[in-house]
Amino acid sequence: MRFEIEIRVTPREGIVDPEGQTIGQALGNLGYSGVHHVKAGRLVRFELDADDTDQARSSVDRMCKELIANPVIERYEVQIRSPETGSP
Amino acid sequence: MKIGIVRFPGSNCDQDCHRAVDEGVGAEAVYLWHKSHDLEGCRAILLPGGFSYGDHLRAGAIARFSPIMREVIAFARDGGPVLGICNGFQILCEAGLLPGALVRNDSLRFRSYPVRVRVEQADTPFTSEYEEGDVLRMPIAHGEGQYVADRSAIEALESERRVIFRYVDELGQPTEEANPNGSARNIAGICDEGRRVVGLMPHPERVVSNLLGADGLGVFHSLIGSVRATGDGTATQALEAGDGPAAQAPETPATQAAEAAEASAP
Repeated sequence: MRFEIEIRVTPREGIVDPEGQTIGQALGNLGYSGVHHVKAGRLVRFELDADDTDQARSSVDRMCKELIANPVIERYEVQIRSPETGSP
Repeated sequence: MKIGIVRFPGSNCDQDCHRAVDEGVGAEAVYLWHKSHDLEGCRAILLPGGFSYGDHLRAGAIARFSPIMREVIAFARDGGPVLGICNGFQILCEAGLLPGALVRNDSLRFRSYPVRVRVEQADTPFTSEYEEGDVLRMPIAHGEGQYVADRSAIEALESERRVIFRYVDELGQPTEEANPNGSARNIAGICDEGRRVVGLMPHPERVVSNLLGADGLGVFHSLIGSVRATGDGTATQALEAGDGPAAQAPETPATQAAEAAEASAP
């Protein structure tokens, strides 16, 4: 079965997020008021062949810990969709 | 005695390291290509600064999976001396040989100027020619040099005397003003539990001449002295160990780091 994988990586609380800060400042400069706490991260999307959702999830979890995110400074969320059913 | 300098695509301080070793302290320096699996009998390994793999994903994140890193990790686990400078420090953290991580400077700016660092411990292969408390002048040149780790990791570094260099002011005090990047506890360099793997953000290889300052020479003199003192064969043993369990080493520290991070999550 082929799954659609979407991983969002964001800085952990307390870790400096310069991209988010810069976007926030730029929005202010453009006149958009009331924008607070901008956070920026990374989106990684791919398709993965796996037997079932559990196998896909555990495989993606290992990928995140080994390469895609650095758990010391980043957190990640994984979304898995099966194209056949369109839902997890 | 050969000292190996690893070249990744994007390394740019490799020639300075080479010069520091051969012209600076008169030892033989060889370049090791990142795709190689052979440390060529080198007695110590230097990971130079630069922007390996364009800093894609995270600084050092891709370099850590270079073929040569398998041998470097096995060499380090076997007690071989390894020094990571700047990007090399970032690679050692990503590889799990050193704890913590280096993130964007708190100023959000690339910082490139001379700083003062205090030698905190003189019992590593890279600091034995210094005295504890010596204040050295070295340049920094980095955008991602803010050292972070969870509280328990920082406490462990302090209690095990594994903070090797700290940013200080002209009076030798680790003040906030003297901290160029927001690093926790003004940390500029640390070592591993075995005290043979050292990483630091400042560039000792750029201050090895009378013209530019020579405060970094001691790092390379220390290394040569300590290699001479330890005798033969470390690199050969490490190469053999590369086929064994040590070859899977990168996975384990990453998992431990993940668990540690979860355990301390707010």
